[in-house]
Amino acid sequence: MNSEKKPLLAPGHTACAGCGQAIAARLVVDAAGPNTIIANSTGCLEVFTTKYPESAWEIPWIHSLFENSAAVASGIEAALRYLGKKETINVIAQGGDGGSADIGLQAISGMLERGQDILYVCYDNEAYMNTGVQRSGLTPFNSNTSTSPAGSVSYGNIRPKKPMPEIALAHGIPYVATATVAFVPDLQRKVKKALSIRGPKYIQVHVPCPLGWRHGPELTLEIAKAAVETGLYPIIEYENGSLIGVRKITPRPVEDYLKSQGRFRHLFKNPEEIKKIQDIANNNIQKYGLAAANQPSQ
Amino acid sequence: MREFLEGSLAVARIIKACKPGVISAYPITPQTHMVEELANFVANGELNSQFVNVESEHSAASVVLGSVAAGVRSYTATSSQGLFYMAEVIFNIAGMRLPLVLTCANRAISAPISIWNDHQDSISLRDSGWIQFYTENLQETVDFHLISYRLSEDKHIMLPVMVCMDGYTLTHGIETIDMPDEAKVDSFLPPYKPLYKLDVDNPLSFGPLADPDYYMETRYAIHQTHKDVLEIMPKLTSEFSRVFGRHYNGLIEEYHTKDAERVIVAMGSVCGTVKEVIDELRAKGKKVGLLKIIAYRPFPAEAIYEALKNIPKVAVLDRSLSLGSYAPVASEVKAAFFGKKKRPEVISSFVVGIGGRDITKDSIKEVLRLVNGREKSNEFIDLKPELLKEEYE
Repeated sequence: MNSEKKPLLAPGHTACAGCGQAIAARLVVDAAGPNTIIANSTGCLEVFTTKYPESAWEIPWIHSLFENSAAVASGIEAALRYLGKKETINVIAQGGDGGSADIGLQAISGMLERGQDILYVCYDNEAYMNTGVQRSGLTPFNSNTSTSPAGSVSYGNIRPKKPMPEIALAHGIPYVATATVAFVPDLQRKVKKALSIRGPKYIQVHVPCPLGWRHGPELTLEIAKAAVETGLYPIIEYENGSLIGVRKITPRPVEDYLKSQGRFRHLFKNPEEIKKIQDIANNNIQKYGLAAANQPSQ
Repeated sequence: MREFLEGSLAVARIIKACKPGVISAYPITPQTHMVEELANFVANGELNSQFVNVESEHSAASVVLGSVAAGVRSYTATSSQGLFYMAEVIFNIAGMRLPLVLTCANRAISAPISIWNDHQDSISLRDSGWIQFYTENLQETVDFHLISYRLSEDKHIMLPVMVCMDGYTLTHGIETIDMPDEAKVDSFLPPYKPLYKLDVDNPLSFGPLADPDYYMETRYAIHQTHKDVLEIMPKLTSEFSRVFGRHYNGLIEEYHTKDAERVIVAMGSVCGTVKEVIDELRAKGKKVGLLKIIAYRPFPAEAIYEALKNIPKVAVLDRSLSLGSYAPVASEVKAAFFGKKKRPEVISSFVVGIGGRDITKDSIKEVLRLVNGREKSNEFIDLKPELLKEEYE
């Protein structure tokens, strides 16, 4: 972190204590630097940084609607090309998991397909937190949310996460990566690398939400780290369609990740349901080759 | 230079002359020809512009929102369902005070799906904060696109403008048009100098959250600006007249209203048909006239009051509906007389040409006959009663 420089997402905003998205958004914009224009989707990040008449952003920033940050960024990029300024200015579109994987997916697909020189950053806190923890397409399997509640005949969200990195990759774009707020140098390196490549880029950052996941605000980074080390959030990097890097892990049991979060508490009465989540982790470990040498997967 | 041109191609020509740096659109009938022609201009190097092909109208509107915010003059065009798909962005563009010109090729709204002309699309977005002009013929359509960019980018206005032209009748109609000379266009419309833009040297935040302490004033300010448009338009059209030699009042047009006993109020291309009927009837000594509304937003209530206050019988034509209530234009014309001492004896409301139903000279004559009777509300003209029989068990 460039702690000696003025942060480009200033302190004093109104995010909750321990908000993973607030930390990640600051890391992203600081890695991008001051010659950056951001188009932001509606969501927590927009609300807690720009309540009129204040703004925490030290770079030019625009919020239009929930689902159109990729299209607004496309207009900004086109304008910069017209002005002959695209070479010196980064354009970032960013939103939450709902704004990206659900309502904004069409606009993102259009942006990726057009080949425009834009980095899209999805801050994945795995539900619609700004409206009160409703499920999204990136809510994990068996997670208890306000619209996928665990009940006497339900264990919560019935589907696994939508494979957004693969969907982005299928557009044939030059760079796709996942990252997490838990590993700061990796996140900032990926942002810098993405911005050094011309064309559309997609980075998905795992960001715990203490309010929505129901954990203590002091546990944000620890939980984000556990998501990676259990194999539930693979940290992967693709360049020109090839997997060029994964974060190797010594796999921990998924209970290590689930136990400190209220959204998974109901599962601990049902070991079979936890087993299903372990199967998802094992599948990830095998699919991406996450296990460090000589480490059998769980 | 006078040229024989299709309406859509004429729009493309005047947009080219206005030099937008970014164009984004999604195809929808009957808007397609104008954006295809602009794409040709860009492909042939005749227009230096970024033409952004998008996956939806929602993104087309969002792209031009972004490009105007970045300080570049921009353009889009749409129609019907496309305008509705843009709707939330349409409100957003006005709320963010971004100057833009959009051509709406007016078309009916589904269901049932119809590609033919009425005004339901743009009328349904009348409350969005956009300025709306409805044009009668191709010359007026061309000229109002140019006037609209000037108005929109005026630093006292900073609001988007929708130029509404009747689908097919105008978009695909061919007329002789005096295309404005490009050098004169440059003098009338200088390069866009944004008051505020997304700029790394002067970072600003656009589109913040406004809580109840701040939101209401933003809407009030747009409303006040609409009142300013009523003041500015006559000055702007006078300046246009000095440069190009064609005069428009900018808000309304009066055609044989001064001594008229019966006046039709209408918007768009139907005004041409109405004028023909008026000419025929005037030749027979009938005192009939037309009040054409060009600016529907802002609504020129005062100008309409002045034009109609001494007219005994007024017939308002609506080409859209507010289903379950009074037709939109008629209700606003009537409202212009509320609480006034002078007013027509009769202000009757007629619904015509919905979903592309032909409005013939006979339709207009029928309206002029009916306005002699008791005041009518939402009187449908050329309705087919045989299609309205209920046939179910």
